[in-house]
Amino acid sequence: MLGLLAAIAALILAVILSILFGSRQLSAEELVHALTAATGTSADQVVLDLRVPRTLAGIVVGAGLGVSGAVVQALTRNPIGDPGILGVNAGAGLFVALGVALFGASVPAEYLYFAFAGALVATVLVYLIGSAGRSGADPVRLTLAGVALAAVCTGITTGMTLLDPLTFNKLRGWSAGSFVERGYDVVLPVLPFAVLGVALALASARSLNTMGLGDELAFSLGTHLIRTRVVSVISITLLAGSATAIAGPIGFVGLMVPHIARWIVGPDQRWIIPYSVVLAPTVLLVSDVIGRLILWPSEVPVGIVTAFVGAPVLIYLVRRAKSSTL
Amino acid sequence: MTTAPEFRLGADAVTVGYDRRIISRDLSVQIPDGSFTVIVGPNACGKSTLLRSLSRLITPTAGQVVLDGRSIASFKSKEVAQVLGLLPQTALAPDGITVADLVARGRHPHQGLMRRWSVADEDAVLAAMAATGITDLSGRLVDELSGGQRQRVWVAMVLAQQTPLLLLDEPTTFLDIAHQIDLMELFTDLNEQGSTLVAVLHDLNQAARYGTHLIAMKDGRIVAEGAPAEIVTAELVEEVFGLSCLVVPDPVTGTPSVAPIGRVRVRAS
Amino acid sequence: MSAPAGRIDFGARVIVVRRGPVALRFRMRTALVCLALGAATLAVSLVALCLGDLPLSVPEVISVFLGRQSGIVETVVLDWRLPRVLGAAVFGAALGVSGAIFQSMTRNPLASPDIIGLTAGSYAGALIVIIVLGGGTLPITIGALLGGLVAAALVYLLAYRQGVQGFRLIIVGIGISAMLGALSTYLVLRARLEVAMTAAIWGAGSLNPVGWPQLLPPLVVIVLVFVALTVLVTPLRQLELGDDAASSLGTRLEPARLGLVVCAVALTAVVTAAAGPIAFVALAAPQIARRLTRSAGVALAPSGFLGAFVLAGSDIVAQHALAMPLPVGVVTVVIGGGYLIWLLIHEARRRL
Repeated sequence: MLGLLAAIAALILAVILSILFGSRQLSAEELVHALTAATGTSADQVVLDLRVPRTLAGIVVGAGLGVSGAVVQALTRNPIGDPGILGVNAGAGLFVALGVALFGASVPAEYLYFAFAGALVATVLVYLIGSAGRSGADPVRLTLAGVALAAVCTGITTGMTLLDPLTFNKLRGWSAGSFVERGYDVVLPVLPFAVLGVALALASARSLNTMGLGDELAFSLGTHLIRTRVVSVISITLLAGSATAIAGPIGFVGLMVPHIARWIVGPDQRWIIPYSVVLAPTVLLVSDVIGRLILWPSEVPVGIVTAFVGAPVLIYLVRRAKSSTL
Repeated sequence: MTTAPEFRLGADAVTVGYDRRIISRDLSVQIPDGSFTVIVGPNACGKSTLLRSLSRLITPTAGQVVLDGRSIASFKSKEVAQVLGLLPQTALAPDGITVADLVARGRHPHQGLMRRWSVADEDAVLAAMAATGITDLSGRLVDELSGGQRQRVWVAMVLAQQTPLLLLDEPTTFLDIAHQIDLMELFTDLNEQGSTLVAVLHDLNQAARYGTHLIAMKDGRIVAEGAPAEIVTAELVEEVFGLSCLVVPDPVTGTPSVAPIGRVRVRAS
Repeated sequence: MSAPAGRIDFGARVIVVRRGPVALRFRMRTALVCLALGAATLAVSLVALCLGDLPLSVPEVISVFLGRQSGIVETVVLDWRLPRVLGAAVFGAALGVSGAIFQSMTRNPLASPDIIGLTAGSYAGALIVIIVLGGGTLPITIGALLGGLVAAALVYLLAYRQGVQGFRLIIVGIGISAMLGALSTYLVLRARLEVAMTAAIWGAGSLNPVGWPQLLPPLVVIVLVFVALTVLVTPLRQLELGDDAASSLGTRLEPARLGLVVCAVALTAVVTAAAGPIAFVALAAPQIARRLTRSAGVALAPSGFLGAFVLAGSDIVAQHALAMPLPVGVVTVVIGGGYLIWLLIHEARRRL
């Protein structure tokens, strides 16, 4: 409990940093002014129109990635599970490419719907393929199905973008994963789905715990295997779909944060999920701030920074671990 | 008048452990040639560790394991594999492998680049499967077998290796009593035909019944060593296992048999 | 005491060859599958030699090899098309074998040379050459080769702690690949559009630039590695049994592992340097081959033959299926993924 409070404090700090720093330097007074008694100054505009929505995007995306990562790892019993493993990113990318090529979409607010649809279709397909068996979706088959579908989607997307420079140009901007131009019009439509996703994940937490012990043991402990799997996949779809729809593909956060949470609180999904809700946005916002400052005044998209932040942590963790489990 | 038995395999003041944890310090042991040596002791007493260092799976941080008068590390891997066979605790069967295929893998130390399936290999595999009673399982997938059947397949693989020394790490796990006895009697046959066996066993009674030389370990040290009839006493069991018991002669073989004195008394019917 | 007479039931037909110093045993089905795939690859390659701006018939192509044609037909077949067609088959085989080695060693059906950072490293290396130095076939090849090898070495070193464990290798590989991938994405984002597209086309894997000068060096390396693998295939089998069993059967673990990794890396590195990262062949070929041969574990030869067939076929599709030629990597990814999906569904239906 204490740890969770500390994590929330860290998140609040990250939020403050995110609102404070950027290509334009703000002072604390300007910040307070904007948040409490805004009068339309340019500083106010920067805070209210750019920084706050962007920070909100960071929180929603972070929560989406972190929790979906935790659920994917529990569901596929694979410690290197990542929301992308179920083909979410690839499906979203394909549909965004289609949106650009066929419907002329060109801003994140328009990509949003395509990305979400793509994520949904991909996850449903992966689930259907991976569960064409006896007890619903077997972890290995799910993973294989995800890899296969991601490959097909990526291939078609690459083919499309290489044949049409305009689509290529738009898509390379989206593929880096970023919070730029993500205003309320991008975040708010998706927010209810994300919240629902977190709720479903929390509701399945207990069942996910027992499923980690193996199907047979879970079954004998009264867990409803198929229902848990279906609910988990819906949760992953909503969460990862929301995250990718808002910001484009961002890797690593979904992989890393549940492990950090597990390191702090142990293998209990009922705690890992809340911690992920708080920790992942913190990591993401900090990465975003770094991205804004490191090549100031130009920006490095957050999806690129997370790889450089997350990978060393991951490598360090795996070198430390004595046994072969993470 | 007994002379000190010859030994091919032994440990000379070895210190062994995992990562930073030392399990045994300055341990010396000699495996009498031609014996059926059994190592017994409570969980985590170092018996598996000793077996693994004797089979070269763990390198001692001090001292050396000796084979045929030389440090075992000075031999080539294949040379050692032709003399020492090990039945490990953890072994993986590749997906989709058949019984005969897996047993045949045991012939590796005797095979060369171009000689991968000679008549001698075929004979060894057939004999090993017959000895463990799995000939009729020969073409089946290992994945589909029961735990006990699978264990017999692993034993057959080690037998196919045809080594004069055999190290067995808890070979009777997963087997029902009839198969356990079958296996122990197979080992006894091998021993009588000249092989030297070193086994780690959990079952003290089986150890006393079939072993010719017992090594009792506790906390990484050897507490007692010798023929079962001499060393298996109630005092030893108390010291090593912390269990009070009565030691009575086994009604069938006469070897020492341990009857634990626990809390529960037999209910009168 | 003589052993009991009679053959051993291996659960499948086997062929035993004993002549002089040679005594070998093969599974019949594996041998047949390899032969069939070899024949199929040959057929596909012949067709590939026929197609193009100058359409030829099969007899015409064959007559070129018999030395009965000269002039433009001979040039087209021998100088332009043959290196590419040969390259498709040989590179495909190299990728298939490389993937088989990784999957066997890590005991993970999802392992592929990508995991050790090769693909990401090659792409990053090539990108740096294209964007910073302006490109050119030879510099790109060198950049890709260096990038891939440096990445692989880095992954191996970071994963090494008293030996390399499959799991640790995968995780470190994911980490390094992710960093290199992020770097690449950033470079592509910042570059001018034409440069970025050139880089992306290279990154999708293409056999376009493969003429004789590009084919011969990788070909030599691949042949040498295949020869080395005839020796290393036995330790690979033994490693499947787990470290303890392999060690006690006389396999020297770390030298075997290092040798196998070097072989697998070399195979993928030279192919990627010559043709760019061609996805999915290394991942899917061993799995598909395994299901075709119904053998235990992952086998090198069938994976190689299947890889050759897949790449040869994909190249025909990439070049001639659409109005504009596509990079072959796009086709392998779609076909490979599609086939894997079909397999998954088919397997499930069979078990029900």
